[in-house]
Amino acid sequence: MSGLLNKLMLSAAALSVSGVTFAGNGAVADEFKWMTFTVFGVIIAITMAITFWAARTTHTTSEFYAAGRSVSGIQNGWAIAGDYLSAASFLGIAGLISLYGYDGFMYSVGWLVAYITVLLVIAEPCRNIGKYTMGDILAFRNDPKKTKTVAALSTITVSTFYLTAQMVGGGVLIKTLIGIDYEISVIGVGILMLAYVVFGGMKATTWVQITKAVLLVTASIILVMMVWAPYGFSLPGYLGSVVADPDVQKQVAKLLGDKASTMTPEELGQRFLEPGLFLKNPIDQISLGLALVLGTAGMPHILMRFFTVPTAQAARTSVIWAMGIIGGFYVLTLFLGTGAAMLVGPDKIAAVDAGGNMAGPLLAQYLGGGEQSYMGNFMLAFVAAVAFATIVAVVAGLVLAAASAMAHDIYVGVIRGDHATPKEQVIAARVASVIVGIIAITVGILAKGQNVAHLVALAFAVAASSNLPAVFLTLYWKKCNTTGIILGMIVGSLTAIGLVMISPNMTYPKAVIANANKVLNGEPAVPAKEAAPAVERSSFMCELFALDGCVLAKPAQAASPEKPAKLGAAEKLAGLNAKLQPMEAALPTITDAAAKTAAEADIAKVKKDIAGVEKAKAKAEADLKKVEGQTTSLMGLEKPFFLLKNPGLISIPLGFLLVILGSLFTRDKRAEEMWDELYVRQNTGINAEAASAH
Amino acid sequence: MSNPNINWAAIDTNPKFQALHRKKTIFLWGLMVISTVYYFLLPIGAAYYQDLFKVKVWGVVNVGILFALSEFIVAWTIAWIYSRKANKEFDAMAQEIINDVNNGSMK
Repeated sequence: MSGLLNKLMLSAAALSVSGVTFAGNGAVADEFKWMTFTVFGVIIAITMAITFWAARTTHTTSEFYAAGRSVSGIQNGWAIAGDYLSAASFLGIAGLISLYGYDGFMYSVGWLVAYITVLLVIAEPCRNIGKYTMGDILAFRNDPKKTKTVAALSTITVSTFYLTAQMVGGGVLIKTLIGIDYEISVIGVGILMLAYVVFGGMKATTWVQITKAVLLVTASIILVMMVWAPYGFSLPGYLGSVVADPDVQKQVAKLLGDKASTMTPEELGQRFLEPGLFLKNPIDQISLGLALVLGTAGMPHILMRFFTVPTAQAARTSVIWAMGIIGGFYVLTLFLGTGAAMLVGPDKIAAVDAGGNMAGPLLAQYLGGGEQSYMGNFMLAFVAAVAFATIVAVVAGLVLAAASAMAHDIYVGVIRGDHATPKEQVIAARVASVIVGIIAITVGILAKGQNVAHLVALAFAVAASSNLPAVFLTLYWKKCNTTGIILGMIVGSLTAIGLVMISPNMTYPKAVIANANKVLNGEPAVPAKEAAPAVERSSFMCELFALDGCVLAKPAQAASPEKPAKLGAAEKLAGLNAKLQPMEAALPTITDAAAKTAAEADIAKVKKDIAGVEKAKAKAEADLKKVEGQTTSLMGLEKPFFLLKNPGLISIPLGFLLVILGSLFTRDKRAEEMWDELYVRQNTGINAEAASAH
Repeated sequence: MSNPNINWAAIDTNPKFQALHRKKTIFLWGLMVISTVYYFLLPIGAAYYQDLFKVKVWGVVNVGILFALSEFIVAWTIAWIYSRKANKEFDAMAQEIINDVNNGSMK
């Protein structure tokens, strides 16, 4: 304890000397950290009380996996929102909007539209047919052991991808916000989440998710009120002020590069509200859109939520509520993101976290009164605590989904042939939760520093290519059978994973080295170019794969003047230092107060530039070290062969196609015989699993 | 709770169930197609119809922003239409079938 106190005081001393608030020790300044810890403590205490309360009524399998099917539609709607609005969507989308404007907002739309699929084709039938897992739905008319095995593998794969992204994202987030070590953050998140799941099962998980969703929505509404109220809640008035902001205009100029030179400040600002600053490849967008719209309905932790309500009607109500909350939240992010861009500034947001994830927290700090104020830091602490609650809530839902697949599908269904006693089943569920939890913590620590952003997209792609075709066709297509399900699920998921392995998501050492060398050694001059006409692509396949003889489409190029050579980092530093020395030497000789202030400001600016170049240099050197001695990616490629970041466009149709082909070419008596029962039951709810009475 | 005596095939071919099935199929597919097409208009418009998306219609608010906001309205409207129809019509039709099964008139 005294060691910690010493450390705190030392860093506080260091802070006051340097005068820098973000001392690489988290966005919260040390003197305000007690506030963050207090808010964190309150939230942990609330969730622990929930768990304690839930544990008293969590004894049977139905209570552990499905909260006794006694969660109301409205409660489940909030829990779905709490489960779905992960840190990536709540911090990430606000961040994207703060850095890239319109494209960030456009990105958020697919996450809501996804729930139309859930509402129309998945929620109610799954409630009527299912018990605890996706495997139960598939095993209803297909071979139980085979489909449960494949369904469990797919569930565990999807959950692990998503879980890894959450754990790594959570560890980084907590470190960025309050400076707790990455490993400790990951272990802390893991232990908390395990406590909820193991003791309180689905009931505790549900209420932790509800609590988090309420906190998140409250925090967002307060922030948006503060941002928007000064404009009398006028949309054009507010956005007019966003586009007139010099920071926003500077950011657009930076993103556009040479093209910005001919634009007026008004045009630059307006450009922030127009598409194309972030999302460059429309085919990739459509591929991602497909994965979102179809993948959400195949996410095991979302499917599982529909087993917690008493009836299909309640499942319907829960999706309607979830859509209201999730959609409303994404509309709010438009204001959070643009507000952060205007008030905090894209430069400063990107300086704390390159992906923009700190836009929301920094906006909260600004609105409360800024870096040095109590209120500002209290609001930052509150948003940080919401982010923390988000991670544990989402992770708990994922662990429960993976554990149910392991315990209910594999152990009870396949290994024990459905002959386990109720007591054994509950023990298996708890043991599986601990196993998955330990895996999550281990993977989280091992993946430190890895680029895991694409894992979320990959989880959705696998869910859309493997789980959704299987569940959808089992529920709605009479001829669907075991062979089709197994074939479709295996090929669908392997295709999605395989395409990502050869896609631009992976690290290609040659490109990394080239980029790092540009920073370190500078770039040679580029001679002036004449105008070039537009080039047509040679075939559609060339948009997807790097095939021989492919010509990629290019818009017409205007003539560009000669570009001068760019300096390397070392030369830049030498130049800046040479500039700094005479300025510093001259400073004591300046007597006029105003001139002195101006000179000090100039010195500070040069120092900031030096720090920026040094940071870029350090990053380039670290990048070079990471790929030292490598020339090819993990898959032995020098450059991506599959050109999209999202594999859905190919893997989803393939998943559907193989379920259909496999079913058409084989016969499965049970699948045919059970069709009538399945179809009648999914539409009427006759014989559906009842809510347990307390 | 499970009733092994239910003749599922008979219910499946019963006119009441067939009517429910037909109504639901047409309605669900219709909504699904509308929502999917409307959603993909957004990335397509943002990529290939940028000149239209840039047109300012309300102060600095352009067609693109309004179109993106309309995506939310459309999604909520579809959800509302479906739940209204299901609450009013599908549930009642299903309940009638359940009653028939329970009182033995449909087996």
